[in-house]
Amino acid sequence: MTTTETQSPPRERAVGQGIDRVDGPEKTTGKARFAAEFPYPDLAYAALVHATVARGRITGIDAKAAEAVTGVLSVITHLNAPVLKPAPARSMLDLSTMVSATSVNYLNTDEVHWDGQPVAVVVAESLEAARRGAALVEVTYQEFPAAVDFAAEEANAKPQKNSLLGAGSAKKGDAEAALAAAPVSVDLRFTTPPHNHNAIEPHATTAIWDGDRLTVHEGSQAIAWMRKHLALRFGIPERNVRMTSPYVGGGFGGKGLIWPGTILTALAARATGRPVRMMLTREGVYRTVGGRTPSIQRVALGAGQDGRLTALIHTSVTRSGKVGGGPEQVTGAAGHLYDAENILLQQNLVEMDLIPNTFMRAPGEAIGTFALEAAVDELAGELGVDPIELRMRNEPARNPLDGKRFAHRMLREAYALGAERFGWAERTPEPGSMRDGRWLVGMGVATAYHPSVQFTANVTARLSADGTVVVRCGFQEMGMGGATAQAQIAADELGVPYEAVRVEYGDTDLPTGPMAGGSAQTASIAASLLAACAKLKGEVLGLARRSGDSPLRGQRLAGVEARDGGLYRLDRPDSGESYEAILSRAGRPYVEAAIGAESGLGAVAGQVRFMAKFLSDQRRWVKAACGAQFCEVRVDQDTGEVRVSRWLGVFDVGRVINAKTAASQLRGGIVMGIGMALSEETLVDPRNGRVMNPGLGDYHVPVHADIPPIDIHYLDEPDPTMPLGLLGIGEVSITGVAGAIASAVHHATGKRVRDLPITLDKLL
Amino acid sequence: MKPFAYVSAPDVATAVRVIAAEPNAKFIGGGTNLVDLMREDIEQPDTVVDITRLPLTEIEELPGGGVRVGALVRNSHLAAHRLIRTRYPVLSQAILAGASAQLRNMATVGGNLLQRTRCPYFYDGAAACNKRVPGSGCDAIGGFNRNHAVLGVSDDCIATHPSDMCVALAALDATVEVQSVRGLRRVPLADFYRLPGGTPHLETALEPDELITAVEVPELTAPSSYRKVRDRASYAFALVSVAAALEVTDGVVTDVRLALGGVAAKPWRARQAEAVLLGAPATDESFRRAAEAELEPAVGRPDNTFKIELAQRTIVATLRRLSDRSLGVGRMA
Ligand SMILES: Cc1cc2nc3c(=O)[nH]c(=O)nc-3n(C[C@H](O)[C@H](O)[C@H](O)COP(=O)(O)OP(=O)(O)OC[C@H]3O[C@@H](n4cnc5c(N)ncnc54)[C@H](O)[C@@H]3O)c2cc1C
Ligand code: SF4
Repeated sequence: MTTTETQSPPRERAVGQGIDRVDGPEKTTGKARFAAEFPYPDLAYAALVHATVARGRITGIDAKAAEAVTGVLSVITHLNAPVLKPAPARSMLDLSTMVSATSVNYLNTDEVHWDGQPVAVVVAESLEAARRGAALVEVTYQEFPAAVDFAAEEANAKPQKNSLLGAGSAKKGDAEAALAAAPVSVDLRFTTPPHNHNAIEPHATTAIWDGDRLTVHEGSQAIAWMRKHLALRFGIPERNVRMTSPYVGGGFGGKGLIWPGTILTALAARATGRPVRMMLTREGVYRTVGGRTPSIQRVALGAGQDGRLTALIHTSVTRSGKVGGGPEQVTGAAGHLYDAENILLQQNLVEMDLIPNTFMRAPGEAIGTFALEAAVDELAGELGVDPIELRMRNEPARNPLDGKRFAHRMLREAYALGAERFGWAERTPEPGSMRDGRWLVGMGVATAYHPSVQFTANVTARLSADGTVVVRCGFQEMGMGGATAQAQIAADELGVPYEAVRVEYGDTDLPTGPMAGGSAQTASIAASLLAACAKLKGEVLGLARRSGDSPLRGQRLAGVEARDGGLYRLDRPDSGESYEAILSRAGRPYVEAAIGAESGLGAVAGQVRFMAKFLSDQRRWVKAACGAQFCEVRVDQDTGEVRVSRWLGVFDVGRVINAKTAASQLRGGIVMGIGMALSEETLVDPRNGRVMNPGLGDYHVPVHADIPPIDIHYLDEPDPTMPLGLLGIGEVSITGVAGAIASAVHHATGKRVRDLPITLDKLL
Repeated sequence: MKPFAYVSAPDVATAVRVIAAEPNAKFIGGGTNLVDLMREDIEQPDTVVDITRLPLTEIEELPGGGVRVGALVRNSHLAAHRLIRTRYPVLSQAILAGASAQLRNMATVGGNLLQRTRCPYFYDGAAACNKRVPGSGCDAIGGFNRNHAVLGVSDDCIATHPSDMCVALAALDATVEVQSVRGLRRVPLADFYRLPGGTPHLETALEPDELITAVEVPELTAPSSYRKVRDRASYAFALVSVAAALEVTDGVVTDVRLALGGVAAKPWRARQAEAVLLGAPATDESFRRAAEAELEPAVGRPDNTFKIELAQRTIVATLRRLSDRSLGVGRMA
């Protein structure tokens, strides 16, 4: 029996602190083992041969030279590949079907659907031999006409229908008429180019068959869904597949779906009977992993002289592949940000003979907020009103489209704090009026906005008699600090030191976690973890109550708190017991709580509960993270070179679990947004659909010298409708970035650049 | 990458003997360009002759006031050398504007001179490229050509020479010393590179069996500087660059050297501009007139026409800064 004698000092909660990532030391010391680093005796290496036509049929494959390379074991083509089952059609009834990146049955067909599609896999004793062999495979094609020029396909775009997953259109009043009647208006066309994924770890897979059992080590954002997909493709039970993803060297959406490399590594391992590893080259990532769609957007705004919006129109054209991909929520934010009397949103989609688009940090919103926010700045210019003031005049109390309540919204506070910290008042409104030597200086703002969602997550938590806790959930850690955050949450809920919690993740042998996407992972797991911790405390309390001499006898859960490694009465803080005392007296080495069922009826019920909550949440609330982006740019008066010289982001992301990892996430999104604004562009040759800059030398992500100090603030106000009050933070900070930069460039130079990236030639 | 034989040459005599005897052999310096090209199967030597052990790593002052730089001096070493920083700031700045610190630590002077174009179609075995496969066509002319040349172009090739260092060397009237089994010769940098014409695969005056042993730079007294304009703040090739040296006496240009990068298949010595400037008042008007004269024959394509205006503006800006400096006007940010 234990009671604390003295009043304990106020307890430091783990949640909210800037705790270092638990995976930090392993990564910095090189101990962390990534997908391409699992050693297996007898390991073979695979390399891809990519199609060089956008649409066609393979008429011949000459593999003789490749087969003659010393060390080459096999050249696998559609002529000799093991049978793969077709990819399942996507359905909301089974979320795992969402993981199909394309419908192509790789190496089981002679059809080519995009330039870059794998048409052969070379397996060899060494990486060098595999790559040499791949270079020597000669493929001939019969070419068919292909739709590969996005600008030329604009007219073929079709209106997107509304679906459970996203709205294709929305309407309030008659926006076109209101626009025509508005005393002040802008009607603008914007374009954004395609973008490619460039995570530091190129996609890699190690696959091992043992009879009909398959183990796959993969850098993945969705191990559970990919496991199910692989089982389907290879015709084996799901339980026969294990996928591990202990470390992921960056995802950003690029590792959310299953791309050909993963499937073909498993196929190559099956065909050769050897463990096989495939590491995509950087070029391989460009050719076989989708990226962000390009877009053509129209934003038209009408306002009265008072700056109140009467019309807001946002339409978009984006592309998908004929064999996959889909719409992105380009016009999503426009339905939530401004209190316009009349609103018209319409997304259009054109299917093309290119690799399908896929998730990339804030798909849709990242490019949509560029056009929307740049247009709002242009309207402010027309009205002669400060761009922050214009936003505040149109800040809605309820969701503008349908009057739904915002679960949480602190945009006014974000702007007020940001304006003060950034020194917005020092900005002289006239374009070109601020200078520093040869530099023209400009300041711009934009709103950041990203919806918050939640998935289901199965979690078990075990509390041992020694006071340690193990949390198990098959989620994915791409470097954002997921495991650290969940350990902080468990520590506080159970009243144990943060160091006493271990989190296991990244393995399909663990309870099924959510996919790491939609900025939803932390909240999704937190919801289940909170429930698991409550169960644990209930069980421990139950054990104590059963004991005649426990000071917790007769207590209810509501009357106790977990702290100092035990449970203590709220009414008599010195009265309570450590977990150790309770468990050892009960003869229990540990207690364990599980949330969510892995299979059978329980699992189905879980899916149904998820859909029901998803839909009812959608009906009741508009939930989102938002923020105010402030930037200062300098433009060289002679050459038009743009440098971002200062950044401040003030975000409303609900409660922050880890101050350090949250700031890093938010900062990272801004860095990626700066790349999108100023330099990133995938060059798809409009003559043949071939990516012409498939590498970091020619595809310009920002380098250190492009990034100024980035000041991050968050309001840290919990959202009442989310677990622990936290909103997703993975994506919101890329939104608005390009709009803020475009506005700042205009302020510096007087020039409006509506086509990303804002390269210097557009400013000469 | 095609398998190849590797030979490490202990001295110059062996190096030139091996390269003459082995068919399809290549020297390798830092390997920062050659190895990339071998990975892409664009270069497929049967033998690679490593020359990094050759004793060509000295930077020496010449009796006449110039400098002699061994062909195997690393780029980073050259840029940091006191003689270069103090007498030829344009050369030091040009090198530091290129690549990354890691690459500069590996890259050699000889390799830098011979680095090949960054045209994406040259790098892509699936594309038509006269430089890679003579007579196959040029996919860049009707394709992406933002990084391509506007001066000295032909209907067969519009690629640029990507080096920064060489632009400075062109402005400095450098001479390249080369050696083969036939002996030693000196080639002025002005004659070292060829324009594409109908044979874009022939890039220099060097014979396949010749080794670059040194580069010599004559004395420079005029203040000089290098300005590189690119698509991000660092680690990108020049869209346009300007190497300039300018002496102004009593408001009049008394000495000027000007060369452009990113605009042609060779580092482009701007003789037309120099002729306009010499003896002219050191004013923005003169600089602009000179720049216009140089770019007058330029031919732009849809993606790269902007380079014509950008080159002129960068010339004016660079000369203005140099003349402000020689007039003692406050330095700009
Ligand atoms: C990512 C990247 C970015 C870069 N950015 C820039 C940039 O911004 N600006 C810039 O100027 N450069 C840039 N470079 C190019 C870099 O400067 C060159 O790769 C380097 O200078 C080549 O030197 P090296 O010694 O490595 O040459 P190697 O690769 O060893 O050789 C290049 C060629 O020269 C030949 N060769 C080498 N030495 C001799 C010799 N002594 N005699 C005869 N032949 C010889 C070789 O046979 C080969 O054909 C970049 C390179 C990379 C990879
Ligand atoms: S510009 Fe020259 S290097 Fe480029 S594709 Fe044409 S011929 Fe080849």
